[in-house]
Amino acid sequence: MSLLETHKVTAFYGDFQALYGIDMKVEEGETVAIIGSNGAGKSSFLRTLAGLQAAARDSIRFGGEAIGGLPAHRIVGRGLAMVPEGRRLFPSLSVEENLLVGSYSRRAGPWNLQRLYALFPILGERRHNPGTALSGGQQQMVAIGRALMSNPRLLLCDEISLGLAPVVIKDIYAALPGIKAEGTSVLVVEQDVGQAMKVADRLYCFQEGRVSLAGRPAELTREQISSAYFGV
Amino acid sequence: MTEWIDTLVQGVLLGGLYSLFATGLALSFGVMRMINIAHGDFAILAAFAAIAIVEPLGLNPFVVLLVIVPLMGLFGYLLQRGVLNRTLGKDILPPLLVTFGFSIIIQNLLLVTFSADTRSLNVGELGTASIALGGDLAVGVLPLIIMGVAVAVLAGLQWLFSATPLGRAFRAASDDAEAAQLMGIDNRHIYGLAMGIAMAIVAIAGVFLAIRANITPADGPARLLYAFEAVIIGGLGSLWGTLAGGMILGVAQSVGLKADPGWGILAGHLAFLAVLAVRPNGLFARTRDR
Repeated sequence: MSLLETHKVTAFYGDFQALYGIDMKVEEGETVAIIGSNGAGKSSFLRTLAGLQAAARDSIRFGGEAIGGLPAHRIVGRGLAMVPEGRRLFPSLSVEENLLVGSYSRRAGPWNLQRLYALFPILGERRHNPGTALSGGQQQMVAIGRALMSNPRLLLCDEISLGLAPVVIKDIYAALPGIKAEGTSVLVVEQDVGQAMKVADRLYCFQEGRVSLAGRPAELTREQISSAYFGV
Repeated sequence: MTEWIDTLVQGVLLGGLYSLFATGLALSFGVMRMINIAHGDFAILAAFAAIAIVEPLGLNPFVVLLVIVPLMGLFGYLLQRGVLNRTLGKDILPPLLVTFGFSIIIQNLLLVTFSADTRSLNVGELGTASIALGGDLAVGVLPLIIMGVAVAVLAGLQWLFSATPLGRAFRAASDDAEAAQLMGIDNRHIYGLAMGIAMAIVAIAGVFLAIRANITPADGPARLLYAFEAVIIGGLGSLWGTLAGGMILGVAQSVGLKADPGWGILAGHLAFLAVLAVRPNGLFARTRDR
């Protein structure tokens, strides 16, 4: 049984259909990347998984349980946490308070403040600062840490490299092995194909709300990817 | 000179009552970004509910607080979950209209049930007891108790907001409701709890008001106005600011009243206007402009 399995997931933005029947899987312990251009439906898909957009109950199965369309706060409690696009830290909370809010659902697991400060030492140093007073890269670490505090079985990361300098992106992705080592599976949405190829065990390419390509990075050719990515 | 010091002291203590009215309003605005137009009417409703229990049973009004406060808290939670949560969204108008409707309904229900006569809660000698401070100066025991309760309520809220998971959830939901959901926070429940706490506090305020003064079913809107002024003077997002705002309003009203019996209320409004002109965000504002 796969950790996450979706079957014909659709999503709408008002009258506009963003997703046309997405089928995909994430196995336990895997890192999976979704690539695709702007507007391909990657973020809509993650938002639907996290419960922020409506879905048919049986279209999303997580740990064998149908979770499609459950409210977001209940999905977190089942072990599926999301790092939202744009980080979305709470401005009136300090770094540490932002992290503590992440543990609101009180799921048991390996992650706590000490573990996170070991993973991202800079956050320990700056734990009393307002979350939004940090640099973009550090804020992204807070956003990832905040999601980890709910001890998820699967971590969804929406465009975590967006707007960050390459050296900072490298730092953030360097934390990924540490996260995987705790048994957390990861699903990342990336526009940066190179980055996605480096970290992912498997890769899905979205195009206009459909899966245009799926496979292991090593088995995919550059031509296949650019054709699936751009639709040419 | 003593008279003026006395006026100042009375005004400061009156601020305790005003801040109790203001805190609930500040809480519902702070967490839900919602202005409850019926806030003052809920206070009067709680006061009349207390009167309805005290008069036939001959109970002490302070004892009735033990019943009224939890009841109003529960009522607030159910009201938010059942009605007010449905009005929240990008448009700020629906909650205003719905709570305005509640204001009218409550006033008329109270009018039908209790008539337009003025009523109050009698606490016996405590109502007139005072402590001499030397010279001709004395402070009433009742206003001191009210101030003590106001400070305790504010300190309790401060602790709740800064040191508990629930307080963090309140602040997170206020900052970004959707991101808060991603943390496992059920906003509808959190908003219900915030309104429950706001209603519990406004129940205390309403009962104290009825102990201090005469009330009628139509008194709610004026109470809303004072509460609103105290919140704005203190600055949105600052709990202790509402106490300062209440005190400034109380002192202004007392001083105005001392100068001329007709000027008390006007002086309070003028003080509010003066603060708005000089510090539009209030004296201790902590919330950011959005």
